[in-house]
Amino acid sequence: MKNLPRYIMAIAVLFLASLFLFPIWRITLIAPQYPDGVTMQIHINKIGGDSPGTLQNINILNHYVGMKYIEPESIPELKYFPWVITALILLGVIAIGINKPAFYYGWGIIMILVAIAGIYDFYLWEYDYGHNLSANAPIKIPGASFQPPLIGKKDIINFTALSYPSLGGILAGASILLALFAGRLSKKYS
Amino acid sequence: MKRTIKIPILFSLVMAGILVMGCNSTGEQNSQTGLLSNDAAQQVYVAPGEYDDYYAFMSGGFSGQVTVHGLPSGRLFKTIPVFSVDGEKGYGFNEETKPMLNTSRGFVPWDDSHHPELSQTKGKTDGRWLFINGNNTPRIARLDLSVFETVEIIEIPNSGGNHSSPFTTENTEYVVAGTRFSVPYPQADVAINSYKENFKGMLTYVSVGNEGEMDIAFQILLPAFDYDLAHSGKGKSHGWTFFTTYNTEQKSTLLEVTASQNDKDFIAAINWKKAEEYIQQGNYKEVPAKWAHNVYDEHTHMATSEINDKVKVLIPSECPGLVYFLPTPKSPHGVDVDPSGEYIVGNGKLSADLTVHSFTKMEEAIANESFETEISGIPVLKFEEVVAGTVKEAGLGPLHTEFDGKGNAYTSFFISSEVVKWKVGTWEVLDRAQSYYSVGHIMIPGGDSAEPEGEYLVSLNKITKDRYLPTGPELCHSAQLYDISGDKMKLLLDFPTMGEPHYAQGISADRIIPNVKKFYPIEENQHPYRAMGEKDTRVEREGKEVHVYMTTIRSHFSPDNIEGIKVGDKVYFHVTNLEQDWDVPHGFAVMGANNAELLIMGGQTETFLWEPKEVGVIPFYCTDFCSALHQEMQGYIRVSPANSSIALKWGLGEEEPVQ
Repeated sequence: MKNLPRYIMAIAVLFLASLFLFPIWRITLIAPQYPDGVTMQIHINKIGGDSPGTLQNINILNHYVGMKYIEPESIPELKYFPWVITALILLGVIAIGINKPAFYYGWGIIMILVAIAGIYDFYLWEYDYGHNLSANAPIKIPGASFQPPLIGKKDIINFTALSYPSLGGILAGASILLALFAGRLSKKYS
Repeated sequence: MKRTIKIPILFSLVMAGILVMGCNSTGEQNSQTGLLSNDAAQQVYVAPGEYDDYYAFMSGGFSGQVTVHGLPSGRLFKTIPVFSVDGEKGYGFNEETKPMLNTSRGFVPWDDSHHPELSQTKGKTDGRWLFINGNNTPRIARLDLSVFETVEIIEIPNSGGNHSSPFTTENTEYVVAGTRFSVPYPQADVAINSYKENFKGMLTYVSVGNEGEMDIAFQILLPAFDYDLAHSGKGKSHGWTFFTTYNTEQKSTLLEVTASQNDKDFIAAINWKKAEEYIQQGNYKEVPAKWAHNVYDEHTHMATSEINDKVKVLIPSECPGLVYFLPTPKSPHGVDVDPSGEYIVGNGKLSADLTVHSFTKMEEAIANESFETEISGIPVLKFEEVVAGTVKEAGLGPLHTEFDGKGNAYTSFFISSEVVKWKVGTWEVLDRAQSYYSVGHIMIPGGDSAEPEGEYLVSLNKITKDRYLPTGPELCHSAQLYDISGDKMKLLLDFPTMGEPHYAQGISADRIIPNVKKFYPIEENQHPYRAMGEKDTRVEREGKEVHVYMTTIRSHFSPDNIEGIKVGDKVYFHVTNLEQDWDVPHGFAVMGANNAELLIMGGQTETFLWEPKEVGVIPFYCTDFCSALHQEMQGYIRVSPANSSIALKWGLGEEEPVQ
């Protein structure tokens, strides 16, 4: 039984590592002309979609109202975030090795802080894209904001925007709970 | 003398037809008016946003194209250019598709398309390709049903009008061709009245590969009859194709009389598996023959045309067992094989009866050598040894038969203008329905395959007269939709069609939809003049030739201002549509250009040749309303005098655009 927290933490670390495979967040735009919606998938190291042309199609939509083009090359987070995740994975592995409640809890708390920072950073990007509009935009709608919701559903002119964690994000969230659970179990057995 | 005897007989036939038409219409039209009021309307109503159950591919007849409709609504979705140039899509006008219409006689911008035929696997329509014949300049085209475009055209040599075509074999091993007009073989400057000595009829087998690629496998040299229609065997008769003939009299003038003399003409039964053996054994003649083979490549987005120079010909007298003639009354038109492959229906168009041959009896007659005579070394089987039955006095002028897969057959009668339902095996007439007017082909989805989907029947009518709002001397042809799910046929809908819809094919939509492409992936574009993004766009001069590498994306051209073009230049606009979304083609049109527009699908590159003749600044624009800023999608080309020293210059906007 003493090793049970280790196994749970191992699952937590694997869940976090899944961010290298699955996207962390997704934003879907729905309009009558887009019956299947346009879904942008945000990974820790790239921005993609349900088809190779998704980002281009979103940029085409955005350019009517003067939003900046989403250019993954110019988003620094996509470059350093994989390293942050790698570091967290290593810390998780160390926690497994030590198998002490404080390390599991500590890892969980670091994860929560990173998540808060990440979500705040995401909000800043969304705010920037939604408000920092080109003065030469072909279509100008006074007072309108094109900022997608942080999480949930929002109508943006003719589109409905949906913003939710994607598979990787859900698993990463679950890894926090698993780490806290591992900490609790580990305390019980010690 | 013969003329004076025959014409009254024909005349009385037609008069009888009119009488039958007249008699039937009074009684039945009334009852149909009642039917049409409610339930028929509901049956054909496809609510906004809903899909039809079936695709119908209709021959465009003398437009040379194919139209795509939905059933049961009859709505028209698309015209696919095949054998004729089409300004709407730039087909035959842009540099990429010009080779599609190349033939051994040069660029032929038009044809008369007749019989669409879906590819089959194990006798069932599989939704991969649609084949169609060009009757005038003998050709067969293949359409790819993932993109609904013509991707291959093969010319049929030694032929004078490809009518009995394409009519696939059970697994699309072959599509066939047969000359409607026999011609001198080899072609030569001979007196027309030397027909019997110098003319020959040629049948052709075109092999179809796994990717659909066509090739002329072999031809079969036959007497100079007119080879009218065909169908390949299925099930037990797989390995055979049946061709109808008329003009077995072998006449070359006033055929309406002279070719209607023989009491019986023939159905030619071809054992193509035997033909394969003879080809394998080398028992063929390789003869010179020029024929074009045009292929459109989905990755280069370009067609290429090559002219071939020989073909393998089988001579029946040297190939025993290859061809048999089945005597069939009165100039049979359509020949249709029932889903089991056992019955071969000869639609004797100058008769009131339908003759049905039995494949089993035919095989026995061949084994017993029950031959009546021989023509050019081809055994003529004894009529009574092959006939299975006759559908008696079903109507006047039978043309074509389709099957519903439930043991029933449906035959169109041109003269009496009706569709007649009869039972396969007992030959009894079960029901008849009027068509408005003069039905030619009929179509049941899968109705000429081994697995018909017998829910609807479409009659394809040659004459409409008073059925629609009048449009001057030329009126539309039409299709009529019947519900055939019950015992009685029920007329549901009339709808106009393009050109003359000779034949049609129908197929469940779910056999097509999963394969339909939404755009061409740009990363797979192999066009030699593609521009993979706006950074790739440029203008290059090679002497008097100027190549513009241009892109389109909502909503601008790159470049959209071009200077340095001179009078007398040949300007090639190679326009790549960078869009990677469904339903976002861009158009490209230049003022005063002596061709058509380009209509470029997402991920595709098309080339527009423009030869400026005058100095000035010429606008160009996007023709397909692509976005809220479509109207702004325009540009200018400055044309300077031939001796001008203005340098090439191009550009787009003041700001960085998309990409």
